[in-house]
Amino acid sequence: MQPGALSDALKKGAIWGFIVLELIFFSVAGEYLALSDKAFMDYENMLLLLKQSAPIGIIAIGMTIVMINGNIDLSVGATYAIAAIILLDSMTWTVFAGLGDWVIPVSWLLALAVGTFLGALNGLIVWKTGVDAFIVTLGSMLGYRGIVFMFNGENPTSHLNWTLVDFAEAQFLGFHTATWFLAIVTVIIWFVMTRTVHGRNAYAIGDNREAAVNAGIRVGPHVMINFAVIGFLAALSAVVFYSESGSVNPNDGQLYELWVITAVVLGGTKITGGAGSVIGTIGGVIAIQLLRKGLGHIGADTSTVNLVIGLILIAVLVLDRQLNVKGKEELKV
Amino acid sequence: MATMTKQNIGNILAKQGILVAFALFIIAFTIANPKFLSVDNMFSVVRSSAILGVMALGVTFVVISGNLDLSVGSMMSFSTIVVLDLHDQIGPLLAIPAMFAMTIALGAFIGFLVGYLKLNSLIVTLGMLSAIHGLTLTYSGGKNMDIADKDGTWFSVFGQGTALGIPVPILIFIALAAVLGLVLGKTAFGRKVYAVGGNGTAATFSGIRRARTVFLCYIMSSACVATAGLIQASRSLGSQNTVGQGLELEVLAAVILGGASLMGGSGTIFKTVVGVLILGFIQNGLLLLGLQFYVQFVVTWVIIILAVWLDIAAKRGRLWSPIA
Repeated sequence: MQPGALSDALKKGAIWGFIVLELIFFSVAGEYLALSDKAFMDYENMLLLLKQSAPIGIIAIGMTIVMINGNIDLSVGATYAIAAIILLDSMTWTVFAGLGDWVIPVSWLLALAVGTFLGALNGLIVWKTGVDAFIVTLGSMLGYRGIVFMFNGENPTSHLNWTLVDFAEAQFLGFHTATWFLAIVTVIIWFVMTRTVHGRNAYAIGDNREAAVNAGIRVGPHVMINFAVIGFLAALSAVVFYSESGSVNPNDGQLYELWVITAVVLGGTKITGGAGSVIGTIGGVIAIQLLRKGLGHIGADTSTVNLVIGLILIAVLVLDRQLNVKGKEELKV
Repeated sequence: MATMTKQNIGNILAKQGILVAFALFIIAFTIANPKFLSVDNMFSVVRSSAILGVMALGVTFVVISGNLDLSVGSMMSFSTIVVLDLHDQIGPLLAIPAMFAMTIALGAFIGFLVGYLKLNSLIVTLGMLSAIHGLTLTYSGGKNMDIADKDGTWFSVFGQGTALGIPVPILIFIALAAVLGLVLGKTAFGRKVYAVGGNGTAATFSGIRRARTVFLCYIMSSACVATAGLIQASRSLGSQNTVGQGLELEVLAAVILGGASLMGGSGTIFKTVVGVLILGFIQNGLLLLGLQFYVQFVVTWVIIILAVWLDIAAKRGRLWSPIA
């Protein structure tokens, strides 16, 4: 066995092992504690779980590639809210009045374009100014949130289009629309990250930026593209979610960046860049959603969820460090 | 000679750019609205910035040591809720030290994880943000916390009182800034903080106990958070569970605006105070101009990025990043 192979396997499988543990725990505990008669692993319940994972999940996929680059994006929650407002507001614009239901794809495209632009703007600033992505997106998190409020002040923006709601609530082959979007995004980004030059460059840049520059990778444009992608995905997450709910508050999406980062880190992506996987992130997203749902299922307070997730995040970090140290010791022998 | 003077001006602008911008802001706002520079307005700006400011003082230590603290917002909610609850149970005299002890215990836990276990501070404090929020909700049962007898308690002095004609929150902020400024600038501990943040390995080799220094920085930070919670609780005598939500990022914005580098090793208490005041005065100035509160978000965004950009540009000697 290669040195470190055991710890590698442990690390890669850890999140799925954790998910299995959660499923067992909540199923068993649910038998005694649950308020409802339904089993935790009820088919409908699991479908719903996947659907509810989609908003955070779609953004988390984008965060994964940005973090593999060694960057971070704190502005996703605000971008999410802007895209949602553009989607719902634009459907009522008089310019589009004659379009009938064709306004739907127009509004979708508009919202996605705005999200992509906002992401690319972050990326452009990171590239051209050389300011750390953490600071750039910390700033735009405030700035974009300010723009959100400019639309409608502190009032919610609402618009229900029933054709759109029907689409968002539809089930195809049993899975909800939102789940399909999450699945498609996962497959595409997984393909890009594991089978293309862009993906390989992403790891190279995160691992050693200097070396990547010396190897002739155009780091600036690459980083900007990834920021555009996360902007697009934040907007996609919003259009999928708000097509169904039809109403957005100016504070929506707040703290999403924290949930998303938590999911990505649980999924094994290194905050320092160079390592991580899209599949791991999906594991992280599902693990968090299972925890929220499971704790609700056994009648625990919602406050417990925050406590448990925070502590698990730290525990993962401690374990990860122990395994890494172990790996290094094996190498020495 | 002429070019040298030009260079000097460039240097001064780059190094003190934030102060120059601050001065320009104040002049512009004063011309737009003479009320801006009145003593009353000054007091109200500083008083409303005091809570943010006190937290920023502690976070300055953490940032200079090369780490981050994202948990200060939810930690502030925690200390506010705890001191309000204990106020009615054991009286304010015991409630205050008890709250400080509990908050500092949280800080010690974070300091242990980041300092001694060498875990990534961003993720640890992100986890603690969530965990402490959960702890607060569990403690309060999700309900708002209020002091029963709001008129009959001396507890309100920290947030609402005045001494020598100056509001107490301002006095606390100034006193704390002075003390911590001395600690950071004039003591061995302060020098260790810079050393650890500037080059951790070199600091370790020169005999500085890195873990202990980082640990103490988090203790400082949590003590400042407890002070901020005290002011907040005393000012409103009642609180929601989410009173500090989002403050962690505003605090960080103020510290960065003051010129501390997230890489660690640079920044001062004085600069942080300037950063806090800039945020406060911009907010106030825009409101006096009749603009909505959210305009300040956008303005803050532009200012943060410009400030950090100019700082970096001065250090590397060129405006645009050399990265292709």
